[in-house]
Amino acid sequence: MTEPVLSVENLSVRIAGLHILQGVSFDVAPTGVTVLLGRNGVGKTTTLRAIVGLTPRNGEVRGTVRMGAQSLLARPTHRLVRGGLGYVPEDRCVFAGLTVTENLRLAERRGTSPAYDKVYALFPELDRRGRQRAGSLSGGQQQMLAIGRVLLNDNRLLLVDEPTKGLAPKVVTEVAEVLERVAESVPVLLVEQNLAVVRRLARDAVVLSAGRVAWTGNAQDLLLETALTKSLLGVGSGEVHA
Amino acid sequence: MSTVILLTLTGLGLAALYFLVASGLSLVFGLADVLNFAHGLFLGVGAYATWWAAGNLPGAGSDGLGFLVAVAFGVLAGSAVAVLVELVLIRPLYSRTIEQVLVTVGLSLAGVALLQATWGADARPFPRPEWTRDVTSVLGAQVPNAGLLLIVAAAVVLGALLAFLRFTRYGLIIRAGVENREMVTALGIDVRKAFTLVFAIGGAAAALAGALGSVYFGTVSPGQGGSLLIFAFIVVVIGGMGSVVGSAYAAVAVGLLQQFVNYYGTSGLGDLCVVGLLAVVLLLRPQGLAGKVAHA
Repeated sequence: MTEPVLSVENLSVRIAGLHILQGVSFDVAPTGVTVLLGRNGVGKTTTLRAIVGLTPRNGEVRGTVRMGAQSLLARPTHRLVRGGLGYVPEDRCVFAGLTVTENLRLAERRGTSPAYDKVYALFPELDRRGRQRAGSLSGGQQQMLAIGRVLLNDNRLLLVDEPTKGLAPKVVTEVAEVLERVAESVPVLLVEQNLAVVRRLARDAVVLSAGRVAWTGNAQDLLLETALTKSLLGVGSGEVHA
Repeated sequence: MSTVILLTLTGLGLAALYFLVASGLSLVFGLADVLNFAHGLFLGVGAYATWWAAGNLPGAGSDGLGFLVAVAFGVLAGSAVAVLVELVLIRPLYSRTIEQVLVTVGLSLAGVALLQATWGADARPFPRPEWTRDVTSVLGAQVPNAGLLLIVAAAVVLGALLAFLRFTRYGLIIRAGVENREMVTALGIDVRKAFTLVFAIGGAAAALAGALGSVYFGTVSPGQGGSLLIFAFIVVVIGGMGSVVGSAYAAVAVGLLQQFVNYYGTSGLGDLCVVGLLAVVLLLRPQGLAGKVAHA
């Protein structure tokens, strides 16, 4: 069996007395997209944030997260990211007061050559709007900037949190296309609510329910089981169309 | 007319002093979320280090190039103390607001006590170049040169800070960190280095305020940092946390308001009006004039 790029074992997170994750375990395959699914509030974003070391200070994280032989939980976020863990947060989090170019420049790392060619090939809009403040971009353009920022550097794994949230259907398709191309070269752990996007991108799925793993397996198999998707996600797989 | 010009220029001199203290305070709060009540200590250190250097440091003196050397020594001393405070006391307490307040208030009190224990509680005459004691005639008004020196120094510091924020890598990190510190770390940047840097810059600016403020007042005393810090905090809140430009606008508004009302009204009424201005800004625009963005 192929070694997973990321192994999460018995991950528990408590924040302000709430036991949000209760022993979550799953693997992320070294290629393609693994999707993390579940209803609202089950701990999907908390899982990604715990992996990348962004649990709030009043939170407590237990368990093991490994990328290859390396244990991640004790390391500060900036070191994890420099070690090849790219993170695209929910709601984009671009720096609204900075220009597009400044947002990208911020992601550059000393001693490496940033892949502007790759980013501008994927998102020509970012090249054209270099001097525009990121806060004045549309939601879709901000999402492209958030993804582009991470793609400037080489990554061993990308964590992408709800990249299509709040976007127009046409932009959702564009973002899905980009992620599909990105996933050809780097594995992606994706949190996504849009089942059409999941159907298009994901090979493996992990479903969370009430802070625990409720189901793991092939994402396409899951989407074929209408009764199962309805019970796990509260929505039938046929209800969302590409 | 000459009275208005005199009041305007002395008000701007006061504003310059407030800006020098507030700019660093604002960046520290905007980036690191640290309410640093020990910031006045950096001012005191700068003033006393300049005073000490003018009399004891080889090459330094109270006039000409020697005075520049003394001020440079004071600025370095203030900056070094600020870095030390950040590394030793503040860094272990990030995101622990109450503990930060307790530590910085305690440090501020201890710092003043240390200065008093070392050089006494009384104000001491401050060595200063002869020309700073003179006045310059501006459109009929006799304006103290020390006030003009403060204005020029603050304008240079403002320009240097804006250039630093606009054109350097660390400036970019600070501007981004003021908006979303967590996201800066999520791009692989060790934001703690930027924290140390803003403390160093803030400490240097406050120390410069200490040295030039002492030139303006003609004396140096252990408690002068604390009284200026109150107005600097007001300037930071009115200007907007994390905004250097906002601090500059707010400092000018506070300095001029204070000076004019104190002159045309009752002495002390200007201070009250400044508090009133703070209340109005908090009610109408709680994020301050420039919001929590470090504009370049």
